[in-house]
Amino acid sequence: MLKQIQQLGANTLGTLQGLGRATQMLFGALWGRPRPIKNWHLYMKQIYVVGVLSLLIILVSGLFIGMVLALQGYTVLAKFGAEQMLGPLVALSLLRELGPVVTALLFAGRAGSALTAEIGLMKATEQLSSMEMMAVDPLRRVIAPRFWAGVISMPLLALIFNAVGILGGHLVGVDWLGVDGGGYWSAMQANVDFQQDVVNGVIKSIVFAFIVTVIALHKGFDAVPTSEGISQATTQTVVTASLAVLGFDFVLTAVMFGG
Amino acid sequence: MTSRKLELFVGFFVALAIAALLLLAMKVANTGVAGSDQSYQLLAKFENIGGLKVRSPVKVGGVVVGRVASIQLDPESFQPVVALDINSSYNNFPETSSLAILTSGLLGEQYIGLQPGFVDENVEILKNGDYIEDTKSAIVLEELIGQFLFNRGNQ
Amino acid sequence: MEFGLDKPLVDIQNLTFRRGDRVIYDDMSMQFQRGKVTAIMGPSGIGKTTLLRLIGGQLKPDSGQILFEGADIPKLSRQDLYQARKKMSMLFQSGALFTDMSVFDNVAFPIREHTRLPEAIIRTMVLMKLEAVGLRGARDLMPAELSGGMARRAALARAIALDPQLIMYDEPFAGQDPISMGVIVRLIRSLNDALGLTSIVVSHDVAEVMSIADYVYVVAERRVIGHGTPDQLRQHESPLVQQFLQGQADGPVPFHFKAADYATELMELSR
Repeated sequence: MLKQIQQLGANTLGTLQGLGRATQMLFGALWGRPRPIKNWHLYMKQIYVVGVLSLLIILVSGLFIGMVLALQGYTVLAKFGAEQMLGPLVALSLLRELGPVVTALLFAGRAGSALTAEIGLMKATEQLSSMEMMAVDPLRRVIAPRFWAGVISMPLLALIFNAVGILGGHLVGVDWLGVDGGGYWSAMQANVDFQQDVVNGVIKSIVFAFIVTVIALHKGFDAVPTSEGISQATTQTVVTASLAVLGFDFVLTAVMFGG
Repeated sequence: MTSRKLELFVGFFVALAIAALLLLAMKVANTGVAGSDQSYQLLAKFENIGGLKVRSPVKVGGVVVGRVASIQLDPESFQPVVALDINSSYNNFPETSSLAILTSGLLGEQYIGLQPGFVDENVEILKNGDYIEDTKSAIVLEELIGQFLFNRGNQ
Repeated sequence: MEFGLDKPLVDIQNLTFRRGDRVIYDDMSMQFQRGKVTAIMGPSGIGKTTLLRLIGGQLKPDSGQILFEGADIPKLSRQDLYQARKKMSMLFQSGALFTDMSVFDNVAFPIREHTRLPEAIIRTMVLMKLEAVGLRGARDLMPAELSGGMARRAALARAIALDPQLIMYDEPFAGQDPISMGVIVRLIRSLNDALGLTSIVVSHDVAEVMSIADYVYVVAERRVIGHGTPDQLRQHESPLVQQFLQGQADGPVPFHFKAADYATELMELSR
């Protein structure tokens, strides 16, 4: 029993240490005057790798989730004779919850694990060390562009996810199940508030983007430089980032929509 | 990958995101009322606000003219006081207008229906901060049933 | 003005370094003369790579001084350390080329980062460095397309891109076929002489090292156990040095890892 408690204590201390190192890494990467003009190409490349290459999975997932929402929602609403509320159902579910959260989870799995693996591998093959020895700060050159790429790309992906999902809902609800087209959009407009729903959803996805990107970068930077270590780090990124997103989602939802 | 192609793809990505944002802003959310920010406030007291919430719409004949800004309890009379933000383009409601808390549909959310009153030389136009005197409270289900049974009992 | 041309470029004084509970170096001192190839040899696992990292400022010693051109490396501010690093280069065991750029861009990397030279001049410089290591024709290949030996040569070209004063080699001969070995041996010596470099070679390949080094330090058991020119070293009286130089399987470094009495253990198994 005592051993378990000791282990728990050790794990907690380890987590706190990790948090401290992650903050150090972040400050080292972002503090001081930025030089984006010179490394413009680096930032663009990272936005491409992290954002553009995730487009496919986001588009397909958004479409299918929107369609499933419409399908499931219609069945339930029809029981109450409230089919005309399908639009708001799909829109609010996506904008407030599914858009930011599912995008974050998919992002953690696809882009987050790729970031961790890439940085871990750079560490294992001593590329980061040799950069240091050449008097180039690897935090500025490697970590910073990836950080900004993640924080910028993910909210954009969430917006696209939402839009595609709502269109998918329209496809199923209106074109397939026969809900009135005009009613779909007008009921939506009557019940979706820009500030309350759209903006809050964007705020959520920005917070999630920060969390996922920092976790991915930190796990890669801190990885044990062996193949086993990198594999462990990649797994940890996906698990930790996903749990953190879900946890923060609860907190944010309570704050934004709880009252 | 050449620099040109890279910039092209990234630009496409950002453009797609902006298009999504526009779609959400225009077609999905009701930026109409949220957009025009010129409004004035009217106040009203009710016996019972029922399920009325802040940001519930205020409608005249079904057209949204404003939103509920706040709902508070008068500390002396213990009556709910509702503040309404009315769009400035609808600025000539007479003081004889009446308010009722109605429900949209059977299970729908509650809103405030504004019925403009009659106008003659003695009647003033409502200005910012004025009270609307004639108000009908929300229908509480228990009272309705009680009334119904009472009526039945009387027959 | 060049720092004291007669003083050693790198001067390690009374270095003590611990990792956890283990003492890696205990009050060790070494000097590396300007313009010479100095080798550090010793059994594996004693921390030779750690020494290079200490010189480069990636690790901090527990006590002692590491003087590079008179400046104590562990005490430098971040800014000054980066300035000092611009004059040093390190060749890692695996080459450590940046895998997302071509050989050309790898060699051009330090030039582009630290200078504002126009691309035309950078191109000339890169071609010259690649020519020196014999890889000018391979400049558009990606690191994944290079063999191990070629990758190391490309990394060497990158290491000399900014004409450093000090270049450190971490096990440059490890795992190389005889031809690549010959190439690297030749390059280390010729570059050192042609560019007026100071080279520190960490290795345990006795034959190769002895053929090109001007001075050798043999490090074992947390300190220097022998040093001198290759000829002096071959006549060194320490049995540990002799065992190392001659590659004897048993001697002061025992063949058997510490274990209990052989006969007793065998009897246990059969019980």
